[in-house]
Amino acid sequence: MAPRDVLIEHLLRRAGFGASPAVIEAYADMGYATALDALINYESIFDDVDTKIGRPGYVLITARAGFAPTTNITDARQRWLFRMVHTERPLQEKMALFWHNHFATAFGKIAGAVGATEATRTLAAKPSEDAAGVKGQLEVFREFATGNFRDLLIAMARDPAMLIWLDGRTNVKARPQENFARELMELFTMGVGTFPEADVYAGARVFTGWNLARVGGNGAAGSFVFNYNANQHDTTAKEFSFPIYRNGGRTIPSRAGAAGMQDGLDLIDAVASHPATGPRLARKLYAFFVNEVDPPDQALIADLARIYYASRFEIKPMLVRLFTADAFTSSASFYKRYSWPAEFVARALHEVGWAGFSVNDALTPMVTMGQQLFEPPDVAGWDLGPAWFTSGSMVARMNFAAQLATNQKFELRDQAKPVVKSPESLVSWAMDRLTAASFPSDGYNALLDYARAGANWTGSDTQLATKASGVAHLIAGSAHYQFV
Amino acid sequence: MMTRREFVRGGIAAFTFGFAAPEFLSDLARAQDTARRNLVVLYLSGGNDALSMIVPYNDPQYRERRPVLAIPAANVLQIGTDRASTALGLNPRLTGLKSIFDAGRLAFIQRTGYANSSRSHFQGTDIWSTANPQVPQGAGWLGRYLDTIPSPADPLVGWSTTRDVPRLLLADRVGVAAIPSVAGYALASPNPGVDAQFARQAATRIASHVPVDMPHLAFVNASAQQAFATLDRVAQVGFYRPAAAYPNNGFGQALQAVAGAMAAGVGTRVFFVQTGGYDTHAGQNTNQANGSYPQLMGTLNDGLLAFYTDLVRQGLFKDTMILQFSEFGRRINENASAGTDHGAASVMMVIGGDVRGGIYGTAANLAPTPDNPTLENNGNDIRYETDFRSVYARVIDNWLGGNSVQVLGGDFRAAAPPFV
Repeated sequence: MAPRDVLIEHLLRRAGFGASPAVIEAYADMGYATALDALINYESIFDDVDTKIGRPGYVLITARAGFAPTTNITDARQRWLFRMVHTERPLQEKMALFWHNHFATAFGKIAGAVGATEATRTLAAKPSEDAAGVKGQLEVFREFATGNFRDLLIAMARDPAMLIWLDGRTNVKARPQENFARELMELFTMGVGTFPEADVYAGARVFTGWNLARVGGNGAAGSFVFNYNANQHDTTAKEFSFPIYRNGGRTIPSRAGAAGMQDGLDLIDAVASHPATGPRLARKLYAFFVNEVDPPDQALIADLARIYYASRFEIKPMLVRLFTADAFTSSASFYKRYSWPAEFVARALHEVGWAGFSVNDALTPMVTMGQQLFEPPDVAGWDLGPAWFTSGSMVARMNFAAQLATNQKFELRDQAKPVVKSPESLVSWAMDRLTAASFPSDGYNALLDYARAGANWTGSDTQLATKASGVAHLIAGSAHYQFV
Repeated sequence: MMTRREFVRGGIAAFTFGFAAPEFLSDLARAQDTARRNLVVLYLSGGNDALSMIVPYNDPQYRERRPVLAIPAANVLQIGTDRASTALGLNPRLTGLKSIFDAGRLAFIQRTGYANSSRSHFQGTDIWSTANPQVPQGAGWLGRYLDTIPSPADPLVGWSTTRDVPRLLLADRVGVAAIPSVAGYALASPNPGVDAQFARQAATRIASHVPVDMPHLAFVNASAQQAFATLDRVAQVGFYRPAAAYPNNGFGQALQAVAGAMAAGVGTRVFFVQTGGYDTHAGQNTNQANGSYPQLMGTLNDGLLAFYTDLVRQGLFKDTMILQFSEFGRRINENASAGTDHGAASVMMVIGGDVRGGIYGTAANLAPTPDNPTLENNGNDIRYETDFRSVYARVIDNWLGGNSVQVLGGDFRAAAPPFV
């Protein structure tokens, strides 16, 4: 086995979801700069991961009455996990998860409004697979993963799932609906405390008429689409506490209904340009990719914000800066991010193994760990960092490690067999395979004592199956492993 | 605003608290819990529309401003009048709560809140959780209370039935267990028998490491330690046989676990239970049998009635207090989506064996005039009358036996309604 390339491992845990030993080796052979280029400029990599579902050599999915990821939310969750494990564009998938948390939209409310099938389509359908060409919200996140933030905001303001989730579909001039305008400013861009309540009321009026329509009937050939309803647009002027226009103007002028959609575009441009938005997004990306444990590198965050404004809201140049920063590549940032349950599960599948395991069996454990995909707890997304960790969620993580190690018992035995000759070499082998941070001496000794406990070491198949799965369980269930 | 993440990071060095050895825990729990009293905090997440829960059914402005959502006078469950002579009725789905009210063990405290109410879910929840409208950061009000009980704290002294530990239970020195499912709170192992015991010993030893230079790791290890220190006691709760049938939904099952923990005497003093869906911007449909607000009230009523009935039959009700809050009330005028937007003051409920039931505080005058002192935001929202911190003060002083001035960082006792 080649010596570990810990920087490449770190990059793949952060810019992706970890990787199998073979994939880590392939990226390591490229060297850091080329590996990073391949991760960031993924557009040139052909995206055929979905065609691999159900083929030998990949993690399994569980098909019930057929596999229907565009219309069945459980299958959509399975497909997303499958992609986290097997995509050749891991950064795109990682950013899709980032945006899913940033524009947190939950299946439950949408299903309550339009039914489970339509809700799944609005969240997860791929246009190529949908009878009406519906592009679900997740596909929008993939499209704009490293793209232009303002364009993503516009796409979200018109996104059918978002129009249902934050009630934009009912925003009419007689009674403006505040939900979307409030969260646009409070959560999606500027942040709480940067605007007075009056801006919310004005913002709600801006988006009057940004509604939803059903076209093509109620069946599979029909779909929900964004519909600007000029008759329901409030045509009066709207005044804000912050500049809307580059000349400093704070008032969106009165416009005729037919031209009134420009109000929303003006406001989105203004909130994207607001001086609080760039630093806020920079802090969020920094915490997501670099380090959420140590005091942040304020100079880097300032530089990320500068790049955001200078590029007119492009995400990719921010990511290039971030992944080449010393703050990222320094070993001081390794294992300094509390893993999200989706990351923990995908990494464990890469590192413990997936042969014969169905991602379906990770869905319930993920609920207990606190992250059900497509079901964030509220519009602010999941509580990140230490908030992922409680006694209950830690039991769930330890038990997922046990479940997976049980499933992989014989795979682990067969892989350990050629190299493992003693309890010591078993622990070293497992630590390397799981890209684990080094344990303190007492923790290491606890692993070793576990490997030695029971019958004397013989290296028999039975003993290897027991102890290889047992050590993998203990490492993947340890606190150390909960950091990426 | 500081997020919970930032708070915990800032306060993480404190998570070097040690747990008492498990064999002494039951003694410790008994010593700390001489009164056997407990508190169940119930959070209605999303911002509860108080006007649909405790209805001023004779107020013509109520009907005027809510042409679709107003509940007809004939349908409400009349509970009398408040001291300003406003006739009030409960939501028609609250028949169980009506029976607890009639038994004199349910107090409604109208128009609870604070000045310049936040309309943000997140800031509002932080304010109610920290009891600090100015700087809603740091430990929660009940967490600060737990910090005042003798150390070392029992690792089950607080029990959140949600997956997160809510901010109101975040403490500086005490870890609160998050146990959303008693059945799921048990360890699995890849290998049976003695090897599983070896694995648990090893995992416990790995988790016992508290590296002072790596507080983030110490924090996650503390979560694991807390699990190891509580698993066996929580398992007893799984054997609980309730004396009433709980609804088979998340709220009902959470309340059943709380009753089971009380009955098993595991030592928990403070429980947290949450039920959501109160952010009724659209389709509130108060007058449709399967409308969203009637469903919310149904879930609330059926769960609480089962809990009350069970506790009374188990002889545990006298030691129990349930304190309900929500992050804000809702706009008086209904919107075009048959819903209501974010507002200001709401209503609190207190239920318990020692509670003096009744209607506290006064309903708002709903006339939309700018100078109406019971409203704010140009007559659009209900203005608070009772500072929510005075309610907390009463609970801390008169129920938990703590010191509210110390815990709340101010003296709110004078304005407290005498519900206990």
